[in-house]
Amino acid sequence: MSDDVWILGIHMTRFGKHPDADLIDLASEAALGALADGGVTMADVGVLAAGNLMQASSGVGQQLQKQIGQTGIPVYNVANACATGATALRTAIMAVRAGECDVGMAVGVEKLSGAGLLAGGSRRPDSATWEPHGRYGAVAAIDGRIGTEIMPGVFAQVGMEYGHRHGGTSFELFARISEKNHAHSTLNPLASYQKRFTLEEIMGDIMIAYPNTRPMCSANCDGAAAAVVISDAALKRLSGEQQRRAVKISASVLTSDPWTEGCQVLPDVNTLTRNAAATAYEQAGVGPDDLDLVELHDCFATAELVHYDNLMLCEEGGAVDLFESGATWRDGRMPVNVSGGLQSKGHPIAATGVANVWEVATHLRGEAGDRQIEGARVGLAHVIGLGSACGVHILEKAAA
Amino acid sequence: MTAAPTRVPLVDYLVLGDEPHLVAHECTACGARFFDRRNACASCSGTEFTTVPLATDGAVRAFTIVSFAAPGVPVPYVAALVDCGGTSVRANLVDVEPDADHVALGMPVRLTTFPIGTDEAGTEAVGFGFAPA
Ligand SMILES: [Zn+2]
Repeated sequence: MSDDVWILGIHMTRFGKHPDADLIDLASEAALGALADGGVTMADVGVLAAGNLMQASSGVGQQLQKQIGQTGIPVYNVANACATGATALRTAIMAVRAGECDVGMAVGVEKLSGAGLLAGGSRRPDSATWEPHGRYGAVAAIDGRIGTEIMPGVFAQVGMEYGHRHGGTSFELFARISEKNHAHSTLNPLASYQKRFTLEEIMGDIMIAYPNTRPMCSANCDGAAAAVVISDAALKRLSGEQQRRAVKISASVLTSDPWTEGCQVLPDVNTLTRNAAATAYEQAGVGPDDLDLVELHDCFATAELVHYDNLMLCEEGGAVDLFESGATWRDGRMPVNVSGGLQSKGHPIAATGVANVWEVATHLRGEAGDRQIEGARVGLAHVIGLGSACGVHILEKAAA
Repeated sequence: MTAAPTRVPLVDYLVLGDEPHLVAHECTACGARFFDRRNACASCSGTEFTTVPLATDGAVRAFTIVSFAAPGVPVPYVAALVDCGGTSVRANLVDVEPDADHVALGMPVRLTTFPIGTDEAGTEAVGFGFAPA
Protein backbone atom coordinates (compact mmCIF):
# COMPACT_ATOMS: atom_id res chain seq x y z
CA MET A 1 0.00 0.00 0.00
CA SER A 2 2.79 2.43 0.74
CA ASP A 3 4.42 1.98 -2.68
CA ASP A 4 4.28 5.15 -4.71
CA VAL A 5 2.50 5.46 -8.03
CA TRP A 6 4.00 7.79 -10.63
CA ILE A 7 2.92 9.61 -13.73
CA LEU A 8 5.19 8.24 -16.44
CA GLY A 9 3.67 9.99 -19.43
CA ILE A 10 0.99 12.64 -19.86
CA HIS A 11 -0.44 14.64 -22.73
CA MET A 12 -3.25 17.03 -23.56
CA THR A 13 -4.65 18.20 -26.87
CA ARG A 14 -5.20 21.83 -27.61
CA PHE A 15 -8.54 22.86 -26.09
CA GLY A 16 -10.96 24.61 -28.40
CA LYS A 17 -12.98 23.87 -31.50
CA HIS A 18 -11.99 20.68 -33.34
CA PRO A 19 -14.64 20.43 -36.07
CA ASP A 20 -12.65 17.85 -38.03
CA ALA A 21 -11.85 15.53 -35.11
CA ASP A 22 -14.39 13.23 -33.50
CA LEU A 23 -14.37 12.06 -29.90
CA ILE A 24 -12.10 9.09 -30.63
CA ASP A 25 -9.69 11.20 -32.70
CA LEU A 26 -9.19 13.46 -29.69
CA ALA A 27 -8.93 10.55 -27.23
CA SER A 28 -6.42 8.83 -29.52
CA GLU A 29 -4.28 11.95 -29.83
CA ALA A 30 -4.13 12.29 -26.05
CA ALA A 31 -3.55 8.57 -25.39
CA LEU A 32 -0.89 8.10 -28.05
CA GLY A 33 0.76 11.30 -26.85
CA ALA A 34 0.85 10.11 -23.25
CA LEU A 35 2.28 6.72 -24.26
CA ALA A 36 4.99 8.35 -26.39
CA ASP A 37 5.75 10.82 -23.61
CA GLY A 38 6.26 7.92 -21.22
CA GLY A 39 8.27 5.84 -23.68
CA VAL A 40 5.84 2.89 -23.56
CA THR A 41 3.17 1.36 -25.83
CA MET A 42 -0.33 -0.06 -25.44
CA ALA A 43 1.29 -3.46 -24.99
CA ASP A 44 2.69 -2.23 -21.67
CA VAL A 45 -0.65 -0.94 -20.36
CA GLY A 46 -2.56 -3.26 -18.01
CA VAL A 47 -5.71 -1.23 -17.41
CA LEU A 48 -7.54 1.53 -19.26
CA ALA A 49 -9.96 3.98 -17.66
CA ALA A 50 -11.80 6.18 -20.15
CA GLY A 51 -13.71 9.22 -18.94
CA ASN A 52 -16.46 10.87 -20.95
CA LEU A 53 -19.74 12.43 -19.90
CA MET A 54 -21.86 13.46 -22.87
CA GLN A 55 -21.55 10.11 -24.70
CA ALA A 56 -21.08 8.03 -21.58
CA SER A 57 -23.13 5.08 -22.78
CA SER A 58 -21.17 4.56 -25.99
CA GLY A 59 -18.20 2.56 -24.69
CA VAL A 60 -15.59 5.23 -25.36
CA GLY A 61 -12.80 3.11 -23.85
CA GLN A 62 -13.45 0.19 -26.18
CA GLN A 63 -13.84 2.51 -29.17
CA LEU A 64 -10.46 3.99 -28.29
CA GLN A 65 -8.89 0.51 -28.04
CA LYS A 66 -10.16 -0.33 -31.52
CA GLN A 67 -8.18 2.62 -32.84
CA ILE A 68 -4.97 2.35 -30.84
CA GLY A 69 -4.63 -1.21 -29.59
CA GLN A 70 -7.00 -4.03 -28.63
CA THR A 71 -4.83 -5.81 -26.10
CA GLY A 72 -7.58 -7.49 -24.10
CA ILE A 73 -7.01 -5.54 -20.91
CA PRO A 74 -9.82 -4.48 -18.56
CA VAL A 75 -11.51 -1.23 -19.56
CA TYR A 76 -13.48 1.01 -17.24
CA ASN A 77 -15.80 3.58 -18.79
CA VAL A 78 -16.12 6.31 -16.20
CA ALA A 79 -18.65 9.11 -15.82
CA ASN A 80 -18.72 11.31 -12.73
CA ALA A 81 -19.92 14.77 -13.74
CA CYS A 82 -17.12 17.33 -14.03
CA ALA A 83 -14.91 15.09 -11.89
CA THR A 84 -14.96 12.42 -14.62
CA GLY A 85 -11.32 12.86 -15.68
CA ALA A 86 -10.04 12.81 -12.12
CA THR A 87 -12.14 9.72 -11.46
CA ALA A 88 -10.64 7.96 -14.49
CA LEU A 89 -7.15 8.84 -13.30
CA ARG A 90 -7.92 7.59 -9.83
CA THR A 91 -9.32 4.35 -11.28
CA ALA A 92 -6.01 3.66 -13.04
CA ILE A 93 -4.04 4.60 -9.91
CA MET A 94 -6.14 2.26 -7.77
CA ALA A 95 -5.55 -0.65 -10.13
CA VAL A 96 -1.79 -0.09 -10.05
CA ARG A 97 -1.75 0.45 -6.31
CA ALA A 98 -3.74 -2.76 -5.82
CA GLY A 99 -1.07 -4.65 -7.74
CA GLU A 100 -3.37 -5.69 -10.57
CA CYS A 101 -0.89 -4.34 -13.11
CA ASP A 102 2.27 -2.22 -13.31
CA VAL A 103 1.06 0.36 -15.82
CA GLY A 104 -2.36 1.96 -16.26
CA MET A 105 -3.74 4.64 -18.52
CA ALA A 106 -6.50 7.20 -17.94
CA VAL A 107 -8.06 9.24 -20.73
CA GLY A 108 -10.58 12.04 -20.45
CA VAL A 109 -12.27 13.33 -23.59
CA GLU A 110 -15.22 15.58 -24.42
CA LYS A 111 -16.71 17.27 -27.48
CA LEU A 112 -18.58 20.32 -26.23
CA SER A 113 -18.06 23.18 -28.66
CA GLY A 114 -21.41 24.55 -29.68
CA ALA A 115 -23.17 22.84 -26.79
CA GLY A 116 -25.75 25.01 -25.08
CA LEU A 117 -24.81 23.94 -21.57
CA LEU A 118 -24.18 27.48 -20.51
CA ALA A 119 -27.87 28.24 -20.68
CA GLY A 120 -28.86 25.13 -18.80
CA GLY A 121 -30.63 22.05 -20.02
CA SER A 122 -34.12 21.84 -21.43
CA ARG A 123 -37.12 22.49 -19.27
CA ARG A 124 -39.98 20.03 -19.31
CA PRO A 125 -42.88 21.75 -21.08
CA ASP A 126 -45.96 22.26 -18.99
CA SER A 127 -48.62 19.66 -19.71
CA ALA A 128 -52.24 20.37 -20.56
CA THR A 129 -53.40 19.37 -17.10
CA TRP A 130 -51.75 19.88 -13.73
CA GLU A 131 -50.58 16.38 -12.83
CA PRO A 132 -48.18 15.91 -9.92
CA HIS A 133 -44.86 14.65 -11.17
CA GLY A 134 -41.61 13.47 -9.61
CA ARG A 135 -40.30 13.60 -6.08
CA TYR A 136 -41.68 17.04 -5.33
CA GLY A 137 -45.14 16.31 -6.70
CA ALA A 138 -44.67 19.24 -9.06
CA VAL A 139 -47.56 19.96 -11.40
CA ALA A 140 -45.32 21.98 -13.74
CA ALA A 141 -41.65 22.55 -14.48
CA ILE A 142 -39.90 24.11 -11.51
CA ASP A 143 -36.59 25.39 -12.96
CA GLY A 144 -37.02 29.14 -13.10
CA ARG A 145 -40.16 29.00 -10.96
CA ILE A 146 -38.52 27.67 -7.80
CA GLY A 147 -34.99 29.00 -8.05
CA THR A 148 -32.50 27.95 -10.67
CA GLU A 149 -30.94 24.68 -11.72
CA ILE A 150 -28.52 26.11 -14.28
CA MET A 151 -24.84 25.85 -13.38
CA PRO A 152 -24.00 29.58 -13.70
CA GLY A 153 -26.86 30.33 -11.30
CA VAL A 154 -25.99 27.58 -8.84
CA PHE A 155 -22.33 28.62 -8.64
CA ALA A 156 -23.28 32.30 -8.53
CA GLN A 157 -25.23 31.54 -5.36
CA VAL A 158 -22.31 29.52 -3.98
CA GLY A 159 -20.09 32.61 -4.30
CA MET A 160 -22.74 34.96 -2.97
CA GLU A 161 -23.32 32.72 0.05
CA TYR A 162 -19.59 32.91 0.80
CA GLY A 163 -19.79 36.68 0.57
CA HIS A 164 -22.78 36.70 2.89
CA ARG A 165 -20.90 34.63 5.45
CA HIS A 166 -17.52 36.34 5.31
CA GLY A 167 -18.03 39.70 3.60
CA GLY A 168 -15.81 41.51 1.13
CA THR A 169 -17.25 40.18 -2.13
CA SER A 170 -18.65 42.27 -4.96
CA PHE A 171 -19.40 41.95 -8.65
CA GLU A 172 -16.08 43.66 -9.32
CA LEU A 173 -14.12 41.31 -7.07
CA PHE A 174 -15.46 38.25 -8.87
CA ALA A 175 -14.75 39.90 -12.24
CA ARG A 176 -11.15 40.55 -11.19
CA ILE A 177 -10.69 36.81 -10.53
CA SER A 178 -11.75 36.21 -14.10
CA GLU A 179 -9.43 38.99 -15.30
CA LYS A 180 -6.52 37.10 -13.70
CA ASN A 181 -7.30 33.78 -15.37
CA HIS A 182 -7.83 35.32 -18.80
CA ALA A 183 -4.51 37.15 -18.40
CA HIS A 184 -2.78 33.88 -17.48
CA SER A 185 -4.12 32.10 -20.58
CA THR A 186 -2.24 34.46 -22.91
CA LEU A 187 0.85 32.37 -22.10
CA ASN A 188 -0.87 29.04 -22.79
CA PRO A 189 -0.79 27.94 -26.44
CA LEU A 190 -3.19 25.05 -25.68
CA ALA A 191 -5.93 27.27 -24.20
CA SER A 192 -9.25 27.88 -25.92
CA TYR A 193 -8.90 31.62 -25.47
CA GLN A 194 -5.62 33.47 -25.28
CA LYS A 195 -7.16 36.90 -25.04
CA ARG A 196 -6.55 39.28 -22.20
CA PHE A 197 -9.81 41.01 -21.20
CA THR A 198 -9.91 44.31 -19.37
CA LEU A 199 -11.97 44.47 -16.20
CA GLU A 200 -14.40 46.75 -18.03
CA GLU A 201 -14.80 44.21 -20.83
CA ILE A 202 -15.50 41.42 -18.36
CA MET A 203 -18.01 43.42 -16.32
CA GLY A 204 -19.66 44.86 -19.42
CA ASP A 205 -20.10 41.53 -21.23
CA ILE A 206 -23.39 39.63 -21.38
CA MET A 207 -24.71 38.83 -17.91
CA ILE A 208 -25.49 35.13 -17.59
CA ALA A 209 -26.38 34.82 -13.91
CA TYR A 210 -25.36 37.75 -11.70
CA PRO A 211 -22.56 38.17 -10.79
CA ASN A 212 -21.21 35.86 -13.52
CA THR A 213 -20.94 37.44 -16.97
CA ARG A 214 -20.03 35.36 -19.99
CA PRO A 215 -16.21 35.54 -19.65
CA MET A 216 -16.62 34.54 -15.99
CA CYS A 217 -18.18 31.21 -17.03
CA SER A 218 -16.22 28.16 -18.12
CA ALA A 219 -15.73 27.94 -21.86
CA ASN A 220 -17.42 25.04 -23.66
CA CYS A 221 -14.88 23.41 -25.96
CA ASP A 222 -13.45 20.15 -27.28
CA GLY A 223 -10.39 18.46 -25.88
CA ALA A 224 -8.76 15.42 -24.39
CA ALA A 225 -6.00 14.56 -21.96
CA ALA A 226 -4.41 11.27 -20.97
CA ALA A 227 -1.98 10.01 -18.35
CA VAL A 228 0.08 6.83 -18.07
CA VAL A 229 0.70 5.82 -14.46
CA ILE A 230 3.22 3.28 -13.23
CA SER A 231 4.14 1.48 -10.05
CA ASP A 232 7.30 2.39 -8.16
CA ALA A 233 8.86 -1.02 -8.81
CA ALA A 234 8.20 -0.92 -12.54
CA LEU A 235 9.50 2.64 -12.86
CA LYS A 236 12.80 1.57 -11.28
CA ARG A 237 13.30 -0.84 -14.21
CA LEU A 238 13.03 1.99 -16.77
CA SER A 239 15.68 4.37 -18.04
CA GLY A 240 17.19 7.17 -15.99
CA GLU A 241 15.52 9.72 -18.25
CA GLN A 242 12.07 8.13 -17.72
CA GLN A 243 12.66 8.11 -13.96
CA ARG A 244 13.84 11.72 -14.00
CA ARG A 245 10.73 12.95 -15.82
CA ALA A 246 8.29 10.84 -13.79
CA VAL A 247 6.06 12.81 -11.43
CA LYS A 248 5.12 11.37 -8.07
CA ILE A 249 1.42 11.13 -7.24
CA SER A 250 1.63 11.96 -3.57
CA ALA A 251 -2.14 11.99 -3.03
CA SER A 252 -5.15 10.83 -5.02
CA VAL A 253 -8.48 11.50 -3.33
CA LEU A 254 -12.11 11.34 -4.40
CA THR A 255 -14.98 12.48 -2.18
CA SER A 256 -18.73 13.03 -2.44
CA ASP A 257 -21.06 15.35 -0.59
CA PRO A 258 -21.61 14.52 3.05
CA TRP A 259 -25.03 15.65 4.27
CA THR A 260 -25.13 19.22 5.49
CA GLU A 261 -28.11 21.44 6.20
CA GLY A 262 -29.38 22.87 2.92
CA CYS A 263 -27.19 20.73 0.67
CA GLN A 264 -30.20 19.35 -1.17
CA VAL A 265 -31.47 22.86 -1.84
CA LEU A 266 -28.18 24.42 -2.94
CA PRO A 267 -25.39 21.88 -3.59
CA ASP A 268 -22.67 22.19 -0.96
CA VAL A 269 -19.48 22.33 -3.00
CA ASN A 270 -17.49 23.32 0.06
CA THR A 271 -17.57 20.45 2.53
CA LEU A 272 -16.58 17.69 0.10
CA THR A 273 -13.73 19.86 -1.20
CA ARG A 274 -12.47 20.61 2.31
CA ASN A 275 -12.66 16.91 3.12
CA ALA A 276 -10.79 15.97 -0.05
CA ALA A 277 -8.10 18.60 0.57
CA ALA A 278 -7.59 17.58 4.18
CA THR A 279 -7.23 13.91 3.20
CA ALA A 280 -4.88 14.78 0.33
CA TYR A 281 -2.56 16.90 2.49
CA GLU A 282 -2.45 14.10 5.04
CA GLN A 283 -1.74 11.44 2.38
CA ALA A 284 0.98 13.53 0.78
CA GLY A 285 2.50 14.76 4.01
CA VAL A 286 2.55 18.30 2.66
CA GLY A 287 0.63 21.42 3.62
CA PRO A 288 -0.88 24.25 1.57
CA ASP A 289 2.23 26.36 2.19
CA ASP A 290 4.34 23.77 0.37
CA LEU A 291 2.39 24.21 -2.88
CA ASP A 292 4.12 25.98 -5.75
CA LEU A 293 1.01 26.06 -7.95
CA VAL A 294 -2.65 25.08 -7.86
CA GLU A 295 -5.04 24.25 -10.69
CA LEU A 296 -8.53 24.46 -9.21
CA HIS A 297 -12.03 24.12 -10.61
CA ASP A 298 -12.97 27.67 -11.58
CA CYS A 299 -16.04 26.59 -13.51
CA PHE A 300 -17.24 30.13 -12.68
CA ALA A 301 -15.38 33.08 -11.20
CA THR A 302 -17.55 32.75 -8.08
CA ALA A 303 -16.36 29.17 -7.62
CA GLU A 304 -12.66 30.03 -7.66
CA LEU A 305 -13.07 32.26 -4.61
CA VAL A 306 -14.69 29.63 -2.41
CA HIS A 307 -12.11 27.02 -3.37
CA TYR A 308 -9.23 29.22 -2.14
CA ASP A 309 -10.83 28.68 1.22
CA ASN A 310 -11.87 25.05 0.71
CA LEU A 311 -8.36 24.03 -0.38
CA MET A 312 -7.02 25.84 2.68
CA LEU A 313 -4.86 28.20 0.62
CA CYS A 314 -5.91 30.79 3.20
CA GLU A 315 -7.35 30.69 6.66
CA GLU A 316 -11.09 30.09 6.85
CA GLY A 317 -12.94 33.17 5.64
CA GLY A 318 -9.77 34.66 4.18
CA ALA A 319 -10.32 34.06 0.46
CA VAL A 320 -11.02 37.70 -0.42
CA ASP A 321 -7.89 38.85 1.42
CA LEU A 322 -5.83 36.15 -0.30
CA PHE A 323 -6.98 37.34 -3.71
CA GLU A 324 -6.62 41.04 -2.84
CA SER A 325 -3.00 40.36 -1.81
CA GLY A 326 -2.18 39.29 -5.37
CA ALA A 327 -1.04 35.87 -4.13
CA THR A 328 -3.00 33.90 -6.73
CA TRP A 329 -1.57 35.69 -9.78
CA ARG A 330 1.24 33.76 -11.49
CA ASP A 331 3.89 36.04 -9.94
CA GLY A 332 2.28 35.74 -6.51
CA ARG A 333 2.95 33.56 -3.49
CA MET A 334 0.29 30.96 -4.41
CA PRO A 335 -0.23 30.89 -8.19
CA VAL A 336 -3.70 29.60 -9.08
CA ASN A 337 -4.81 28.57 -12.56
CA VAL A 338 -1.74 29.70 -14.44
CA SER A 339 -3.16 27.69 -17.37
CA GLY A 340 -6.01 30.16 -17.68
CA GLY A 341 -8.39 27.91 -15.79
CA LEU A 342 -11.72 26.65 -17.01
CA GLN A 343 -12.81 30.19 -17.82
CA SER A 344 -10.10 30.66 -20.43
CA LYS A 345 -8.26 27.41 -21.06
CA GLY A 346 -11.70 25.85 -21.41
CA HIS A 347 -13.76 23.05 -19.89
CA PRO A 348 -14.23 19.94 -22.04
CA ILE A 349 -15.82 18.26 -19.04
CA ALA A 350 -14.22 14.82 -18.84
CA ALA A 351 -10.84 16.05 -20.06
CA THR A 352 -10.56 18.70 -17.36
CA GLY A 353 -9.55 16.47 -14.46
CA VAL A 354 -6.62 14.96 -16.37
CA ALA A 355 -5.73 18.30 -17.97
CA ASN A 356 -5.39 19.97 -14.57
CA VAL A 357 -2.96 17.22 -13.58
CA TRP A 358 -1.12 17.68 -16.91
CA GLU A 359 -0.68 21.38 -16.20
CA VAL A 360 0.78 20.77 -12.75
CA ALA A 361 3.00 17.88 -13.92
CA THR A 362 4.36 19.97 -16.80
CA HIS A 363 5.48 22.70 -14.40
CA LEU A 364 7.06 20.15 -12.06
CA ARG A 365 9.04 18.80 -15.02
CA GLY A 366 10.15 22.33 -15.88
CA GLU A 367 8.56 21.98 -19.34
CA ALA A 368 5.85 24.67 -19.19
CA GLY A 369 7.58 27.11 -21.52
CA ASP A 370 6.61 30.78 -21.22
CA ARG A 371 4.26 30.19 -18.33
CA GLN A 372 6.65 28.02 -16.27
CA ILE A 373 6.48 28.63 -12.53
CA GLU A 374 10.21 28.60 -11.80
CA GLY A 375 11.43 25.90 -9.47
CA ALA A 376 8.01 24.30 -8.97
CA ARG A 377 8.32 21.15 -6.88
CA VAL A 378 4.82 20.50 -5.45
CA GLY A 379 1.42 21.20 -6.97
CA LEU A 380 -2.26 20.45 -6.45
CA ALA A 381 -4.98 19.71 -9.02
CA HIS A 382 -8.64 19.96 -8.04
CA VAL A 383 -11.94 19.33 -9.81
CA ILE A 384 -15.51 19.25 -8.66
CA GLY A 385 -18.64 17.88 -10.30
CA LEU A 386 -22.27 18.29 -9.31
CA GLY A 387 -23.60 16.66 -7.54
CA SER A 388 -21.37 15.89 -6.13
CA ALA A 389 -17.87 14.57 -6.63
CA CYS A 390 -14.53 16.15 -5.83
CA GLY A 391 -11.11 14.95 -6.95
CA VAL A 392 -7.83 16.24 -5.52
CA HIS A 393 -4.39 15.11 -6.66
CA ILE A 394 -1.11 16.32 -5.16
CA LEU A 395 1.96 15.87 -7.34
CA GLU A 396 5.66 16.14 -6.55
CA LYS A 397 8.75 16.44 -8.70
CA ALA A 398 10.98 13.38 -8.73
CA ALA A 399 13.79 13.62 -6.18
CA ALA A 400 16.54 12.94 -8.71
CA MET B 1 -68.57 12.60 -3.92
CA THR B 2 -65.93 15.23 -3.94
CA ALA B 3 -65.66 18.00 -6.45
CA ALA B 4 -62.43 18.30 -8.37
CA PRO B 5 -60.11 20.74 -6.65
CA THR B 6 -60.01 24.09 -8.35
CA ARG B 7 -56.55 25.03 -7.04
CA VAL B 8 -53.46 22.87 -6.74
CA PRO B 9 -50.06 23.79 -5.33
CA LEU B 10 -47.09 23.83 -7.73
CA VAL B 11 -45.32 21.34 -5.46
CA ASP B 12 -46.69 19.17 -2.72
CA TYR B 13 -44.61 20.87 -0.01
CA LEU B 14 -46.63 24.05 -0.53
CA VAL B 15 -49.77 24.04 1.61
CA LEU B 16 -52.52 26.37 0.40
CA GLY B 17 -55.39 27.77 2.46
CA ASP B 18 -55.87 30.88 4.54
CA GLU B 19 -52.24 30.96 5.61
CA PRO B 20 -50.16 29.38 2.86
CA HIS B 21 -46.91 27.87 4.09
CA LEU B 22 -44.25 25.31 3.24
CA VAL B 23 -43.84 21.98 4.98
CA ALA B 24 -40.82 19.71 5.29
CA HIS B 25 -40.30 16.05 6.10
CA GLU B 26 -38.29 16.00 9.30
CA CYS B 27 -36.30 12.92 10.28
CA THR B 28 -37.51 11.87 13.73
CA ALA B 29 -34.05 10.52 14.60
CA CYS B 30 -31.78 13.42 13.65
CA GLY B 31 -33.98 16.36 12.70
CA ALA B 32 -32.72 16.70 9.11
CA ARG B 33 -35.31 18.30 6.85
CA PHE B 34 -36.23 17.46 3.25
CA PHE B 35 -38.81 18.67 0.75
CA ASP B 36 -38.95 15.67 -1.56
CA ARG B 37 -40.49 12.22 -1.21
CA ARG B 38 -37.98 10.24 0.88
CA ASN B 39 -36.67 6.70 0.85
CA ALA B 40 -34.64 7.34 3.98
CA CYS B 41 -32.73 10.11 5.68
CA ALA B 42 -29.60 11.31 3.87
CA SER B 43 -28.09 12.36 7.18
CA CYS B 44 -28.63 9.30 9.40
CA SER B 45 -30.43 6.74 7.19
CA GLY B 46 -33.46 6.79 9.49
CA THR B 47 -36.78 5.95 7.88
CA GLU B 48 -39.29 7.75 10.08
CA PHE B 49 -40.36 11.29 9.31
CA THR B 50 -42.83 13.81 10.60
CA THR B 51 -44.23 16.73 8.66
CA VAL B 52 -43.35 20.13 10.04
CA PRO B 53 -44.50 23.62 8.97
CA LEU B 54 -41.80 26.15 8.13
CA ALA B 55 -41.64 29.77 9.17
CA THR B 56 -43.07 31.98 6.43
CA ASP B 57 -40.49 34.69 6.98
CA GLY B 58 -36.80 34.40 6.38
CA ALA B 59 -33.63 36.07 5.20
CA VAL B 60 -31.81 35.87 1.86
CA ARG B 61 -28.62 33.83 2.28
CA ALA B 62 -27.61 33.80 -1.38
CA PHE B 63 -29.08 35.01 -4.63
CA THR B 64 -28.39 35.27 -8.33
CA ILE B 65 -30.16 37.11 -11.10
CA VAL B 66 -30.60 34.69 -13.98
CA SER B 67 -30.51 36.45 -17.34
CA PHE B 68 -29.90 33.44 -19.56
CA ALA B 69 -32.00 30.30 -19.19
CA ALA B 70 -33.53 27.38 -21.03
CA PRO B 71 -36.21 28.12 -23.61
CA GLY B 72 -39.55 28.82 -21.96
CA VAL B 73 -38.12 30.28 -18.78
CA PRO B 74 -38.89 34.01 -18.53
CA VAL B 75 -35.79 36.06 -17.68
CA PRO B 76 -34.50 37.89 -15.80
CA TYR B 77 -35.58 36.39 -12.52
CA VAL B 78 -34.07 36.34 -9.06
CA ALA B 79 -33.24 32.90 -7.67
CA ALA B 80 -32.35 32.70 -4.02
CA LEU B 81 -31.57 30.62 -1.02
CA VAL B 82 -33.76 31.73 1.88
CA ASP B 83 -33.08 30.85 5.48
CA CYS B 84 -36.46 30.20 7.14
CA GLY B 85 -35.73 29.77 10.82
CA GLY B 86 -32.69 27.57 10.20
CA THR B 87 -34.11 25.63 7.25
CA SER B 88 -32.79 26.43 3.78
CA VAL B 89 -35.40 26.96 1.09
CA ARG B 90 -34.84 27.40 -2.64
CA ALA B 91 -37.18 29.89 -4.27
CA ASN B 92 -37.52 32.88 -6.54
CA LEU B 93 -37.67 36.35 -5.09
CA VAL B 94 -40.75 38.16 -6.37
CA ASP B 95 -42.16 41.70 -6.20
CA VAL B 96 -38.64 43.07 -6.47
CA GLU B 97 -36.71 44.69 -9.31
CA PRO B 98 -34.37 42.03 -10.73
CA ASP B 99 -31.19 44.02 -10.33
CA ALA B 100 -28.37 44.09 -7.82
CA ASP B 101 -29.45 47.48 -6.45
CA HIS B 102 -32.75 46.07 -5.19
CA VAL B 103 -31.73 42.65 -3.91
CA ALA B 104 -29.31 42.26 -1.02
CA LEU B 105 -27.78 39.46 1.00
CA GLY B 106 -29.44 39.25 4.38
CA MET B 107 -32.59 40.96 3.10
CA PRO B 108 -35.70 39.99 5.12
CA VAL B 109 -38.36 38.31 2.98
CA ARG B 110 -41.79 36.72 3.42
CA LEU B 111 -43.52 33.83 1.65
CA THR B 112 -46.14 34.78 -0.89
CA THR B 113 -48.23 32.77 -3.36
CA PHE B 114 -49.56 33.58 -6.80
CA PRO B 115 -51.37 31.81 -9.65
CA ILE B 116 -49.15 30.39 -12.36
CA GLY B 117 -51.87 29.34 -14.79
CA THR B 118 -55.07 27.40 -15.37
CA ASP B 119 -55.14 24.00 -17.05
CA GLU B 120 -57.68 22.55 -19.52
CA ALA B 121 -59.86 21.31 -16.66
CA GLY B 122 -60.08 24.78 -15.19
CA THR B 123 -57.77 24.00 -12.29
CA GLU B 124 -55.49 26.78 -11.18
CA ALA B 125 -51.90 26.00 -10.14
CA VAL B 126 -50.45 28.15 -7.37
CA GLY B 127 -46.75 28.84 -7.03
CA PHE B 128 -44.75 30.48 -4.28
CA GLY B 129 -41.93 32.92 -3.89
CA PHE B 130 -40.51 35.29 -1.32
CA ALA B 131 -41.18 39.03 -1.40
CA PRO B 132 -39.33 41.76 0.50
CA ALA B 133 -40.76 41.84 4.04
ZN1 LIG C 1 -31.93 11.48 10.03
